[in-house]
Amino acid sequence: MMVENPTPTVYLRPSKGWIPLNLADLWAYRELVYFLTWRDIKVRYKQAALGILWAVLQPVMIMVVFTVIFGRLAGLKPDAGIPQAWYPVFSLAALLPWQLFQAALQRSSVSLVGNANLLTKVYFPRLIIPFSAVAAGLVDFLISLGVLFALMLAYGVPFTWNLLWLPLLVLLALMTALAVGLWLSALNVQYRDVQQIVPFLLQAWMYASPVAYSIDLIPAEGPWRLLYGLNPMTGVIQGFRWALLGSSPPDQLMAISIVMVIVLLVSGLFYFRRMERKFADLV
Amino acid sequence: MSDLAIRVEHLSKQYHIGAQAGRYDTLRDVITGTAERVAHRLNSGANGGAAANTIWALRDISFDVRRGQVLGIIGRNGAGKSTLLKVLARVTEPTEGLGEIHGRVGSLLEVGTGFHPELTGRENIFLNGAILGMKRTEIARKFDEIVEFSEVGQFIDTPVKRYSSGMYLRLAFSVAAHLEPEILVVDEVLAVGDAEFQRKCMGKMGDVAQEGRTVLFVSHNMSAILRLTQETLVIEKGQLAMRGPTPQAVDYYLSHGYATAGERKWETEEVPAEAYPFRPLALRVRDLRGKVADTIRSTEPATLELEYSLAEGITGLRVGLYLMSTRGEYVFTSFDTDAPEAFERYSARPAGRYISRCTLPADLLNEGRYVIGVNASSYRIKRYFQDEQAITFTVDGAGAPGTVWPEPRLGAVRPRLDWQIEVITE
Repeated sequence: MMVENPTPTVYLRPSKGWIPLNLADLWAYRELVYFLTWRDIKVRYKQAALGILWAVLQPVMIMVVFTVIFGRLAGLKPDAGIPQAWYPVFSLAALLPWQLFQAALQRSSVSLVGNANLLTKVYFPRLIIPFSAVAAGLVDFLISLGVLFALMLAYGVPFTWNLLWLPLLVLLALMTALAVGLWLSALNVQYRDVQQIVPFLLQAWMYASPVAYSIDLIPAEGPWRLLYGLNPMTGVIQGFRWALLGSSPPDQLMAISIVMVIVLLVSGLFYFRRMERKFADLV
Repeated sequence: MSDLAIRVEHLSKQYHIGAQAGRYDTLRDVITGTAERVAHRLNSGANGGAAANTIWALRDISFDVRRGQVLGIIGRNGAGKSTLLKVLARVTEPTEGLGEIHGRVGSLLEVGTGFHPELTGRENIFLNGAILGMKRTEIARKFDEIVEFSEVGQFIDTPVKRYSSGMYLRLAFSVAAHLEPEILVVDEVLAVGDAEFQRKCMGKMGDVAQEGRTVLFVSHNMSAILRLTQETLVIEKGQLAMRGPTPQAVDYYLSHGYATAGERKWETEEVPAEAYPFRPLALRVRDLRGKVADTIRSTEPATLELEYSLAEGITGLRVGLYLMSTRGEYVFTSFDTDAPEAFERYSARPAGRYISRCTLPADLLNEGRYVIGVNASSYRIKRYFQDEQAITFTVDGAGAPGTVWPEPRLGAVRPRLDWQIEVITE
């Protein structure tokens, strides 16, 4: 059973400075990621009469609100070339990646504190906790994606090969959530102020992303679009609208978003590893 | 390949207390704290107060454990045993020193770690197994065995929040007991369930030891330590006080560090935060004349009294004593509300200072040394405080039944029985 490595030797010593990521250790514990993710999914809708239906209801209800308020009352236009009648699809196409990101960030930022009982009792690579918190939102996302496809059929929105980009865009959304979640979860262990800030941060972040409105509102000339791209979720959301509805492609926006995500993710990983040794004592 | 399973050298662990003892801090605390530190530094020179709010939970501990050895670890509450296990289990890092561990470590610092109340017994077995480091295939293979050991078979698909606390603990222990790491680190998990299940657990731990795995075993239960281990470490105030054959170590532990003869006082730092609002103050043994004494006579009644305070009222509180021999066998357990009238009258105890006092009748105990443990709890609701080795005292057998023969008598009690000798034929 453990023949390949009969006596692994572990050294206990105080660690100093920056700590290697040790991704091999993470890989060895991949089943735990699976089980913790599975637990989160399993537990979420227990004792809710509507159960997993909530995964669909939430984005659909917000879509209705956005369509009525922004599409009708405020008279906002969808992206150029998209008929006004498609406004519900236009909203939902942005809401799905946004909600995936929002839930992943919310859960991961409180994940360490929420699993304090594990941190103080058992060893495993701590990175597993925010990882599985981020992954737990995928099932909800896939279910509501089904609803989006049904809505597209109903509105006669054509399906194109661009849909194949969706998995990569989803990955980018999750990586963004993970990157920020790593920073926030580690900070939250020491400073519980973080969990007070997160709801506000997410609200501000949503308005800084083209969720409720079209990217066309941002001036195309000058540095504004590039600045806008510093928010990786703009790349993701515009990517979704492009793949699903044929909006303008995110191009350079995307390049900036990807660079931002990588910077945040790598720094987040190292910051997390550096703080990790104190988790069990502080949490 | 080395024959050692664990080697640690000069291991120390420092914790920050004081301002940061509130478990976590907020930015505001850090800002004010920094300001205070700066002010303090300005007032008292370069490095004043740096060590003021830190404590060493472990200080300079060195020892090694051979492969296949079952090593006991004993010490009073707060001595650092749990911190040592946490460092060995890699839950927390040492502040100084280093350690070397050869083999997979399975830690049972608490049973049921990661159990989720909403999940069923079956789901929790898999989840908990994975948390404890088992592979899914390994759990699946042992699943039936785990269920059978836990005796919760028919409820296996019921959410564990509907389990009784006994069932919950049995299931949790069963998962843990089926781990197969090379090194098993066990902290007091045998104290679960009813007597029958505890026996079963002890049997299981005995098997583990027989299989040649290395086990570190922390317990307050001296009889378990004596039964399962040959060698034991005694930890006192974060330091290694002694290492030796278990009987000697237990003896050392039971007869050292217990405050002045006949009286045990609890300092604030010895009382865990969970005890709140209960606060033990002192436990005293008094002889017939009311004098606090280390030695009482078997033929005279003695008084045991526990003084304590309640910071808030507690409903259903019972305060009691365990009496144990130094070999760890229980002689009796008794609570101050055992009598129904007392239970009625003190069903709710308001905040205040109390003494619960009982008389140990004459002609009860055999000569020898005894240990008194203390327990304050509300039945099935909460255990506020427990100290299984609060004090030791000696019973002098002079004049007890049968002392005309100087041979030692077996057994913990030495009652004066009413013997009748009937002559049938002459």
